[in-house]
Amino acid sequence: MVTIEFLGPIQKAPLTLEASSLRDVAEVLKQDSEMAQWLENCAVAVNDTLVATLDTLLKDGDKVSLLPPVCGG
Amino acid sequence: MSMVELYNGALNVPEIITRWYAEEAEYNYGAYIPFIGTVREEDAIEGLSFDVYEPILSSWFDAWQVKAQALGAKLKMAHSRGDVLVHESSYIAAVFSPKRRVALEMIEQFVEDFKASAPIWKYDLKNSQRLYAADRSTAIAGAGILGGKR
Repeated sequence: MVTIEFLGPIQKAPLTLEASSLRDVAEVLKQDSEMAQWLENCAVAVNDTLVATLDTLLKDGDKVSLLPPVCGG
Repeated sequence: MSMVELYNGALNVPEIITRWYAEEAEYNYGAYIPFIGTVREEDAIEGLSFDVYEPILSSWFDAWQVKAQALGAKLKMAHSRGDVLVHESSYIAAVFSPKRRVALEMIEQFVEDFKASAPIWKYDLKNSQRLYAADRSTAIAGAGILGGKR
């Protein structure tokens, strides 16, 4: 199982699901209508490192974080 | 390596910039450039509020510190989490360097990359609500993979 956490303004509790790559996570989140506005503008981190491809492999216990658009300062 | 300083609520600006000055006084830096971000009164806001994701903020800052060290410079940064009212300050970035040119260039690059990349989310405080500042926010480089953008 991997854990998906939603940061900042995304008002959503963490999910746990079976996934062997980020592609599997994308498939699940695309079914969720509240996530539609976020999938195209969120960056993705696996275990707190930003990743650039859906081919990123996941293993049991991994944490996937969704980071929506930022504005510090 | 110096860490990002995170505070609940507004920053105590005189304490922070004075302490940083004292901490670096013996290191022979010729230039100290602090950038202080203060909440402006506009659009009838009462203030701003911030969420910070510390693990990725720390690694982003550490990568910048390595760049600074390669030029003989040092970075410091403080940021608020939670509510900061108008005319209070939420952000301080500072560069120390042997000579002015490195510090002048680095403060600009650092603050601009901070705005584009640091995992911090801003909300307007208005009519007792906390409203995500979506229109002033920037997607992090590489965002959108889950939506099939790349």
